[in-house]
Amino acid sequence: MERTHYKQEINMTETLMTRINELISHYPEDKRKSALLPVLHEVQDAHDNWLSTELMDKVAEIIQILPIEVYEVVSFYSMYNQKPVGKFLFEFCQTSPCCLNGTEDLMDYTCEKLGVKMGETTADGLFEVKGVECLGACGYAPMMQLGDFYKEHLTQEKIDQLIVDCRDNKIILHDK
Amino acid sequence: MSKKILLDKIKIPGIKTYEVYRQNGGYASVEKAMKAMTPDEVVEQVKASGLRGRGGAGFPAGLKWSFIDKKSGKPRHLVCNADESEPGTFKDRYLMEFIPHLLIEGMITSSFALGANLSYIYIRGEYMWVYKILERAIAEAKAAGWLGKNILGTGYDLELYVHCGAGAYICGEETALIESLEGKRGNPRIKPPFPAVSGLWANPTVVNNVETIASVPWIVNNSGDDYAKIGIGRSTGTKLISASGHIKNPGVYEIELGLSVYEFMNSDEYLGGMSSDRPLKALVPGGSSVPILPADLIYKTANGEDRLMSYESLSDGGFATGSMLGSGGFIVYNDTSCIVRNTWNFARFYHHESCGQCSPCREGTGWLEKVLWRIENGQGREEDIDLLWSIQSKIEGNTICPLGDAASWPVAAAIRHFRDEFEYHVRFPEKIKNRNHFVAEPFEKVKHLVSKVIV
Repeated sequence: MERTHYKQEINMTETLMTRINELISHYPEDKRKSALLPVLHEVQDAHDNWLSTELMDKVAEIIQILPIEVYEVVSFYSMYNQKPVGKFLFEFCQTSPCCLNGTEDLMDYTCEKLGVKMGETTADGLFEVKGVECLGACGYAPMMQLGDFYKEHLTQEKIDQLIVDCRDNKIILHDK
Repeated sequence: MSKKILLDKIKIPGIKTYEVYRQNGGYASVEKAMKAMTPDEVVEQVKASGLRGRGGAGFPAGLKWSFIDKKSGKPRHLVCNADESEPGTFKDRYLMEFIPHLLIEGMITSSFALGANLSYIYIRGEYMWVYKILERAIAEAKAAGWLGKNILGTGYDLELYVHCGAGAYICGEETALIESLEGKRGNPRIKPPFPAVSGLWANPTVVNNVETIASVPWIVNNSGDDYAKIGIGRSTGTKLISASGHIKNPGVYEIELGLSVYEFMNSDEYLGGMSSDRPLKALVPGGSSVPILPADLIYKTANGEDRLMSYESLSDGGFATGSMLGSGGFIVYNDTSCIVRNTWNFARFYHHESCGQCSPCREGTGWLEKVLWRIENGQGREEDIDLLWSIQSKIEGNTICPLGDAASWPVAAAIRHFRDEFEYHVRFPEKIKNRNHFVAEPFEKVKHLVSKVIV
């Protein structure tokens, strides 16, 4: 079991709660649990892209289900993070069609450029490089997911520029 | 130019918006179905069209619809499977991103045919920006009166919502998708009961792929018979193919079924031939799960007939010398590609995506990954090739859902057609260690994978 006792400040803002209630309204009244996956995305996006045990408990309370029902879902799906991650999480697709067009070398380049290994966060907490499975962009490789968006047809130059843009806070992570 | 019925309007500026879509004949099928047809008549047209499920299995859509339980009186649901995750496949995303109203129109017409009053589009979580596009398009359609209560004054009510997943290939399997839509882990259910009887919240449910549903408006606007005239034999209509790998023009193409593989590969209208003009080595025609074909079985079948882009022709020869149309994920490999590495990469994918319910798949996919990894890294043993064959044969057919089969087939086909390459890896480990198979040689070996600890 991985360490889960990282501290996280919970802030269920009014905007967030409005959105959560809207999502819950998409399902019949006695089927609130169905909203769990979309709600977890919203909550995670609003909390630095990860979900602490306390935050999952909060979600359970809002949806009116048991905490275990939230934990089992969070640990199953790969998009939910159970510990802090870099603010700009570079998720490279590393499945074969992408590899045919040089993804693995570009991942190495990005790691070297940032001075981290795969799965490590830079000391300033800004960047993390991760390999993920097929993202459905096979014809536009190499590519990565950054927040809600895909960055496709990547090259070393584009990676360099992307890192600069992230540092300058020019990158929009979420479409809310 | 072959016939286009899905992407014919995709280049019209502004087609993403409701106004432009409507001006170009959008939502006509909803009007026609609700005003001039009964739900059963719509089902009959879809049956007559011969439209087959476009997600990969190719099951006749009209027949699937006819199984839905209308007698129990329980609420019925239509769920669109937009959890596109099969490696090599990115066609649904293209359709939803650039002509979202076509899917929504198809959902309304199809829901009407099935008598569903609450329908969902289940989209994979990674396509978050497409989720937002669909959400906004649904709001536009609702504002224009195509959704909600008493649509077009017919007394028919429909609510449509988008639901997002969170990164699990297994949720593309229809019962896992339903579990996920209920807010649970994506563990496939044992069938029967089939979703048509007991699906979402134990209600009768039909799950269809995006492309299948997007084909319905054309069928309703024209007729099932007209649709059946497109294509070849039992492969009626058009198919979206997403092409990737070592080709000049990767991307999404709509083809009329029956086009020859040779023309699709080499014509400038489509893939334009191999990139860097290197020789063709292998082809995966329908997403990572289907058997890989060696060069000599790509343009011609084992009988010497032209290989066509159709369900029948691609599977001609069975798994011995054929493959499958699958989801239309068309992956092309040139001579620099390493089949062992490709097979290992796919095995890693299936190991990662196995939900863990059935032991043969949970354990077997991990074994496949490990054994393939050691062969790829020059630590393979002679008996490993037979071991791989044995493992895959024990997964196939022994699991609740088809993920086990999907993990086995690529391994079996790679050994069947490229056994010499596996043997070469085992016998000449030193030569393998210093080669990078994925990009034109010579090139430095990929580092982060080499340093991975072998268990």
